Amino acid sequence: MAWSEDQPMVSIKDLHKSFGALEVLKGISMDVMKGEVVCIIGPSGSGKSTLIRCVNALNDIQQGSILVEGQEVNDHNLDKLELRKKVGMVFQQYNLFPHKTALENIMMAPLLVLKQDKAEVEKLARQLIKKVRLEGKEESYPGELSGGQQQRVAIARSLAMNPDVMLFDEVTAALDPETVNEVLLAIKELAQDGMTCMLVTHEMAFAREIADHIYFTDRGVIVEHGPPDTFFDDAKDPRTVEFLGQIL
Amino acid sequence: MEAFYEWARVLYDSTGINLPFIYDSYDRGRMIDGFFTTVKLSVICLFFSVIIGIIGAWLQNSPLKWTRRIVNGYIQLFRNTPPLVQLYFFYFAIGTLLPKVTNDYGGQEPILGGFTWAVISLSFFAGAYNVEIFRSGIEAVPDSTIEAAEALGFTRLHIYKDITLPLAFRVVLPALNNNLVNLVKTTTLAYAIAVPEMLYEANQIWSDNVNVTEMMIFMLLTYFVLVGILVWGMNRWERALKIPGFGA
Ligand SMILES: Nc1ncnc2c1ncn2[C@@H]1O[C@H](COP(=O)(O)OP(=O)(O)OP(=O)(O)O)[C@@H](O)[C@H]1O
Ligand SMILES: [Mg+2]
Repeated sequence: MAWSEDQPMVSIKDLHKSFGALEVLKGISMDVMKGEVVCIIGPSGSGKSTLIRCVNALNDIQQGSILVEGQEVNDHNLDKLELRKKVGMVFQQYNLFPHKTALENIMMAPLLVLKQDKAEVEKLARQLIKKVRLEGKEESYPGELSGGQQQRVAIARSLAMNPDVMLFDEVTAALDPETVNEVLLAIKELAQDGMTCMLVTHEMAFAREIADHIYFTDRGVIVEHGPPDTFFDDAKDPRTVEFLGQIL
Repeated sequence: MEAFYEWARVLYDSTGINLPFIYDSYDRGRMIDGFFTTVKLSVICLFFSVIIGIIGAWLQNSPLKWTRRIVNGYIQLFRNTPPLVQLYFFYFAIGTLLPKVTNDYGGQEPILGGFTWAVISLSFFAGAYNVEIFRSGIEAVPDSTIEAAEALGFTRLHIYKDITLPLAFRVVLPALNNNLVNLVKTTTLAYAIAVPEMLYEANQIWSDNVNVTEMMIFMLLTYFVLVGILVWGMNRWERALKIPGFGA
């Protein structure tokens, strides 16, 4: 059955995930359409990172289904490479390759994984550096860049694979307050370009501004979800209300 | 040069300090051959021991239990036995089991000579330490960096070759340096199976000339310089590999 664009880009159904005896996700379902931006918020330890890490198979799944463009992720014969070409991921701690320059960090995956032509890849990498506003930093090593700059290189590195979906796991949580905005701006521009995004974030104002849909998770289940205005202004569930009360 | 040879002869006549490997062309030839045999033996063993270290560390992370066990058994065996016994084992125990070949003079000759056995034995000896050294370096590479490469679709081999090893290498260079210095010093054991390396040739010379004291002083100084060159080279290499902003 071929996947078509009117079907969800990412479709999660009754997802269960345990680490040993500890069940972290207890039946999560959500659909993300092409071009949609979905924000996942919730208290620490509620399983947000685990959830998005399941989408690109960094975590395995015990039960349920995740379809990415119709491809089942919960499958022993999953072609992880095919999946990871479609799904980009940005981490809280940037995780750049410290022995490679900013430009090389961006070029590596297209060269090694997609086996693209070097000159082409370099051209693309320079465009991406420009896109995340880091001209002049091409030859800098990660250790010479600020957290915000490293995170923007990490975003560019993912984009170089030309993914269809981007996953962001609290990508501003480790940053100094003054550099948070430059990273958020890069994500916002990406969203405006029509990239499908799943973001875990604690930046409520940002979530409200860019999200099409917000999910609130607590102890492994989704307790409330909806479009930003409804979610923030008319939350029904007491746990959501309490959480928003603490944060806003 | 002639003046130098003459000086050594005068030195002998006037003081009794006997340096035949300078003034006597036959002994000079032996000493030079010995020197180059030592250098050749060292370089070849350095090369193979590093290769063994890299491959062994890769196999140690193998998902197959028996592969890991064999590698660990190899390490234990070679670390916990004297290198001279290992050398004798290879040369006398294994060497005699192998078929013989006819040499140019019509006599029977072992298929592998002393030099080859020294290379095999010493490479495995130093290699056992190198596996451990590389493993400690690999363990120092953060999982999160590896995960970022996985998320970009890197294969296990690419991750090892392009991320883990280059980073591990920089961490372990001082320890590797130490072990390689030890290896060069250990090449003198090849003397015991009559490989005509420097110490062996020195022995030949002092047997003929009864000048043990002079030869031993000369040996100490020569090894001191040889190892000094290796250390100097490794330190330069260490500096050349240094990445701005990475490591201490
Ligand atoms: N690799 C792992 N092994 C065992 N337990 C894990 C592992 N990863 C996460 N957990 C557990 O799963 C639960 C959910 O973790 P997760 O990281 O998904 O939470 P989170 O919502 O992202 O929290 P935070 O906001 O602090 O990042 C936690 O109780 C955590 O201890
Ligand atoms: Mg998290």
